[in-house]
Amino acid sequence: MRVFLTALLLGALGLPLLALEPPSGLQAADTPNDEGNSLTISWDKSPQDQGDADRFKGYQILRSESQEGPFAEVGFAIGGKTEFRDNVEPLKPYYYRVVAISPEDSAGTAAVGPALATAQWFDSSRANVLILTVLICFLIIWYIERAKRGEELFIRKIQGLDAVDEAVGRSTELGKPIMFSFGLGEIKDIVTVAALAILRQVAVRCAQHGTELLVPNWDPLVMAAAQETVQQAYSEPGRPDLYKEGNVSFLTSDQFGYAAGVDGMMLRQKPGAVFFMGYFYAEALLMSETGHSIGAIQIAGTTAITQLPFFIASCDYTLIGEEMLAASCYLKKDPQMLGSLKGEDFVKAFLIVGFALAALWGTTGHLLFKAGHPWMQGVFQAVKNWFVTG
Amino acid sequence: MMQIIGTWIAAGLTLAIFSFLYKDNPFYKFAEHLYVGVSAAYAILYVLYFDVKPLLVDKFISEQGGERWILLVPAAFGLMMLARWIPKVSWLSRWSIALTVGIAAGLGITGQIQGILLPQIRGTLVPLTTVNNVLMVVGVISTLIYFYFSAAHKGALRYGARLGMVFIMMAFGASFGYTVMARISLLIGRLHFLVYEWLRLVK
Repeated sequence: MRVFLTALLLGALGLPLLALEPPSGLQAADTPNDEGNSLTISWDKSPQDQGDADRFKGYQILRSESQEGPFAEVGFAIGGKTEFRDNVEPLKPYYYRVVAISPEDSAGTAAVGPALATAQWFDSSRANVLILTVLICFLIIWYIERAKRGEELFIRKIQGLDAVDEAVGRSTELGKPIMFSFGLGEIKDIVTVAALAILRQVAVRCAQHGTELLVPNWDPLVMAAAQETVQQAYSEPGRPDLYKEGNVSFLTSDQFGYAAGVDGMMLRQKPGAVFFMGYFYAEALLMSETGHSIGAIQIAGTTAITQLPFFIASCDYTLIGEEMLAASCYLKKDPQMLGSLKGEDFVKAFLIVGFALAALWGTTGHLLFKAGHPWMQGVFQAVKNWFVTG
Repeated sequence: MMQIIGTWIAAGLTLAIFSFLYKDNPFYKFAEHLYVGVSAAYAILYVLYFDVKPLLVDKFISEQGGERWILLVPAAFGLMMLARWIPKVSWLSRWSIALTVGIAAGLGITGQIQGILLPQIRGTLVPLTTVNNVLMVVGVISTLIYFYFSAAHKGALRYGARLGMVFIMMAFGASFGYTVMARISLLIGRLHFLVYEWLRLVK
């Protein structure tokens, strides 16, 4: 009778009736898909871990290099958690204990181990990346080999490319120089590499017509690559004497300093044509507005989505995103560039068909799911998840 | 006192840059050359003190063993860039450029696939059960058709590409408006400086 009354009283006061129990099923194992520098400790919740932070605090994670100890705290997991990732040295044995902590009490498990952290050669969660990378690389190499064998690979004409010759011709007639800006692109950006191919084409035309070409640069490495490109381009029509290294110059690595410098050059040297090819940020409109104000014919090309609207508004022709990369392929007809573009086109065609079929499959699955047939919906979801988790 | 002088210099240079709105003039020229020169010098010092010194010189002094000598490899590639000043060996600089482009392209392949391609594919795999989903799927497919270069835009492809261009222009329109708003806030920032800190017209 006394025990019953005590239990009733404790229950009424909201206090635990039973002693705190430790978590069960403690395991320490190597974390999968990592570089071998962590172990994952997992357990089943203590019966007293019912989601009330006032009655149950959490789990103290203790680690030792021997089963007997001493154990030191390496982390704390709040109530409700059943897993903890501990950063450790690779290939070293570790032992773990987990202690359940409440405001009044604590209860720990026996030690488990030894657990060793090992590196995995293959991250299985990124299998999707591997499969797509291999597929895309295969397609690109296949098309490159076809182009190398001399096979005619069709690429549609890019609108605005005719304007390159028109712009150079117009500048020549007016006796004005031509300006070419890479914006703030670095040499490691693919768009800058594509811009170099377009610069080469522009430089060849300038050399043929004897027109001065100005290339102010933001990045020293891009400047070096631009100097090489222009120098080689001037040699193609046999006019290396026209090449002036000082015309392909470094301005500054400051964004608006560069914009101010380019604007000043435009106002004083009054180029007849301005090319903005590369990666641009907020300086795009400042420079293209100035070019517009001096009456230069302007051709832009960038993959910077936020700046494309400004170029479309202020330039005569704009190559949008991948059009610019395609334009460099169209101009150069280099097998490697052509092959890359054709390989990408194959992937795009695959995606177009894939998206259309997936939309139909998903819609039908959704309707069938409502009618009590979930299998189509399940397949759709599984495919979708594969693109996230591999 | 120094703060007042600094404010006057900043205000004077701001007005000198704004004078460009009228036309090119000596004040703008002065501010432009000052800006370009100071920023170029600052960039050189920044690279020296935040890249070369801590990542190369200090590390070379503090590191022990093999890792110390590995630092000489990037240092050598950096020095190769300076070979451009000597015509006979200027070709050495191409090695540095080739290494940079090669590493960036290699790292970029998986980065682009994992960071951009896969999430976009997943985001487009939706059932056509809402207007938003229909717009998104049609928009993605038609835009992809616009950027398909292996066939001329004729027949059905022509209509697909035109629809794609409509979607692209709608996206650009939204982006244009959004960015203009951001630029206006920059202008407000400069005007705020002139009115509140320089002229002190408003307290």
